[in-house]
Amino acid sequence: MRYLPKSPAERNSMLEKIGARHVDDLFVAIPEEYRLRRDLKIPPQMGESEIIEYFRKAAAQNGSGYASFLGAGCYRHYRPVVIDSIVQRGEFLTSYTPYQAEITQGTLQAIFEFQTMICELTGMDVANASMYDGSTGAAEAVMMAARITGRSHSVIAQTVHPEYREVMATYAQHQGLPSTTVGYDPRTGRIQLELLDAAITEDTACVLVQSPNFFGVIEDIPAIAEIAHAKGALLIVSIAEAVSLGAVRPPVEADIVSLEAQSFGVAISYGGPFCGVIATREKYIRQMPGRLAGQTLDADGNRGFVLTLATREQHIRREKATSNICTNQALVALMATVYLTVYGKEGLRELAMQNLAKTEFARRTLTAQPGQNCLFEASPRFNEFVLTSEEPVAEMQARLRAQGILGGVDLTRWYPELGQATLWCVTELNTRAQMEAAAQALATSSAVGV
Amino acid sequence: METMHPVSAHTPRNTTLGKVRTHPTQNEGLIFEKSSPGKRAVKLAPLDVPEVDAAALLGDAFRSEPAPLPEVSEIEIIRHFTRLSTWNYAIDLGMYPLGSCTMKYNPRVNEFVARLEGIAEAHPYQPESLAQGSLEVVRELEQCLIEITGMDAITLQPAAGAHGEFTGILLVRAYHESRGNARRKIIVPDSAHGTNPATAAICGYEVQNLKSNALGMVDVAELERIVDEDTAALMLTNPSTIGVFESEIHRIADVLHAKGALLYMDGANMNALVGKARPGDFGVDVMHLNLHKTFSTPHGGGGPGSGPVACKAILEPFLPTPVLARRGDGTLGWNFDRPQSVGRVRAYYGNYGMFVRALGYILANGPDGLRQTTEDAVLNANYVRASLEDLYELPYKTASMHEVVFSDKRQAARGVKTGDIAKRIIDYGFHPFTVSFPLIVSGALMIEPTESESKEELDRFIEAMRAIAQEVDETPELVKHAPHSTRVSRLDEATAARKPILRWRPAGE
Repeated sequence: MRYLPKSPAERNSMLEKIGARHVDDLFVAIPEEYRLRRDLKIPPQMGESEIIEYFRKAAAQNGSGYASFLGAGCYRHYRPVVIDSIVQRGEFLTSYTPYQAEITQGTLQAIFEFQTMICELTGMDVANASMYDGSTGAAEAVMMAARITGRSHSVIAQTVHPEYREVMATYAQHQGLPSTTVGYDPRTGRIQLELLDAAITEDTACVLVQSPNFFGVIEDIPAIAEIAHAKGALLIVSIAEAVSLGAVRPPVEADIVSLEAQSFGVAISYGGPFCGVIATREKYIRQMPGRLAGQTLDADGNRGFVLTLATREQHIRREKATSNICTNQALVALMATVYLTVYGKEGLRELAMQNLAKTEFARRTLTAQPGQNCLFEASPRFNEFVLTSEEPVAEMQARLRAQGILGGVDLTRWYPELGQATLWCVTELNTRAQMEAAAQALATSSAVGV
Repeated sequence: METMHPVSAHTPRNTTLGKVRTHPTQNEGLIFEKSSPGKRAVKLAPLDVPEVDAAALLGDAFRSEPAPLPEVSEIEIIRHFTRLSTWNYAIDLGMYPLGSCTMKYNPRVNEFVARLEGIAEAHPYQPESLAQGSLEVVRELEQCLIEITGMDAITLQPAAGAHGEFTGILLVRAYHESRGNARRKIIVPDSAHGTNPATAAICGYEVQNLKSNALGMVDVAELERIVDEDTAALMLTNPSTIGVFESEIHRIADVLHAKGALLYMDGANMNALVGKARPGDFGVDVMHLNLHKTFSTPHGGGGPGSGPVACKAILEPFLPTPVLARRGDGTLGWNFDRPQSVGRVRAYYGNYGMFVRALGYILANGPDGLRQTTEDAVLNANYVRASLEDLYELPYKTASMHEVVFSDKRQAARGVKTGDIAKRIIDYGFHPFTVSFPLIVSGALMIEPTESESKEELDRFIEAMRAIAQEVDETPELVKHAPHSTRVSRLDEATAARKPILRWRPAGE
């Protein structure tokens, strides 16, 4: 076995030192009746070339070469090559959580840099590193708000990613944390402020909105904050498309920001691994879940970094911890850190501007086709928009697929009230030619008069 | 580190300590300190559509001031992160015997296949007909893990071990609720990982602590006494955190089952069992696996992980949505129609990239390789035990599986604690063992070598541990102020916690 660094003779000499005759003597604690006396029924050992072949085959089965307009929480952005060069360094890839600070300063300093960049992007004071993803991060943010306020109820916008809402419901159900969902204004695609106001009670711990929301529409954060704060509730803003922060005003009125950092150089990889982050105000640090790196000095006065405020965490507090999280998404956070360093202040700005321009062009081009309508047209948005038509979504998508195009995500399963609606996502990776081809394909389908 | 610590005189920088010598590393500031306006590392492709007036499009939502991210060039980025990386210890550099963490070799072919374009670029909402390859990988991994654990069904959705625990306990809860009573408490042994009680609390359960017996194992009589109709489950790590197999596992299961309670197994220590014994065969109802421990996916400085949950058929209806299903036409697809499900625990389908790596590992091993892996892991731990038990106190003499737990009792008598020994072993070129855990051992040194260590590396480690034991006797101060060879000496954690500095700020801000 090529991963095992021992010869049979070495194994025997080790057994001798232990005083065992056979390796099975070391397993005597397992009662005889529970010992597996046969081979596991799994595929036989493969050589490296066979493994690569196996996965190449799987990759080929997925279909390739499509122009994709899929987003909905997983965004295709260009990933600079240096990210992989750095995260594949064994010193980052094969190290553990930096509990032994003296020999993990590399990871710790990188985490500290990550925390700083997230604060700069979101306008918050502190950021952790990290949560599993945007959905679980949002659920943890709600629990955090409940701890801070001593209240239990949450108000969640219907325009939050439907799968995030499902995850929040799963987390909340057994902790006595009921929630109310507030609908959106059918003209703007934004949360209905009057309904929001009415939904907040004396027991409301937090209001949670996503911005840009699931429809790509940017919520009116200052107005929402005012309504929430007037009744003593915290505002949590969930951000699924992190690149938006290059052009969209950060939610500085929020008390907690729950960010999904996948857009920052992380492959979509069928939905994971991604990187959630919780950022908040300084006064709430001690109620924040997840790991934190802090700056300090060593015995000789040198600057160094350590994991800190661990008294919030499960390995110290056990059942009284702020969360049960242990393993996080450290390497993915490093990818995001490198990405943000590569793009930098001006690059991220320019990238966000390209996304805005391309989305606007795609929206205009697609809606110029007969029968295609853009919903929430007048609202500010980042890189997604909702398209509706008379044609059933499944048929439209099949038609587009035949032209090598993966059209927008089907919204009928989550928002049936919108009719035959799809959610289109456009990033810097979508070319003008792709958008024009998509428009052409849509025109053809309308022409057939479905 | 220009200032030499007073006791550093004992280990001059050109001394060879076992397998290591000192070696210069580069100094490196924070990336923000290199920033200068106008430097850049990115060139976007030209915009092929008309520009837009962002301020007009976004109105009040427009960000007028860009975030002050660092402005640096590509070479500075490579040097910055490469220099930082050299300050880390890693499996790739040597033995990393962190007990309970299973720091084994992370095969590089797995990194390669996870980055194949068709796999890395697949979108969770692409049509199932165009995702059959991705789904086949899920299917194959599910089948392998079900066989390895001896369970009936599985979900790969949880993102890490603790997330798997959360999912598993939700299954337990849903099961009891379906029978009319969710029950009130979860029993957790005092030797358990902190995640166990934290998880039970998040799932709305009261935690009842179970004291270990004199052997460090489950006290079955005590268990029998406290299990009642209000007990939802016992969360048990097997082998336990002291590296011992619970020989009475079936009696434990029987005691629980007799009262209608379930047996949850924390699979953190599955590296001791794969191919040798199956939890499903010894009475476990539900368990999680850590793909980043047993199945070699990289720890990456703390994550990502993946925490599949396997269960018996009685719990299958409650698995998170969606579950993978084979359709009538032979294709694979996600089934969302699961009325009894506990719901979703994560968006999409889990840490998919980790599934690819874990399956790559299983395929590279096959049944014989996995068994040999387990045997070598147990062999290594016992070899370390046999080579050190004359110098370090072994609080429990019970047979060790994949890890061995010593205590600092003899060294503590001379004022040297487990944490000091851990810091000193750094000077010898090793990552420390796990310190002060499990809690049932005062001053624990928890050593898990894993199968990835050669006899030569183990001998070096043993030699270092023996040398340290001698240092404790002869020059305890040397050990108490270790490490002496690292970039930074012991860091002031107390001030870090009292006056937290959690982000960089520009001078004067």
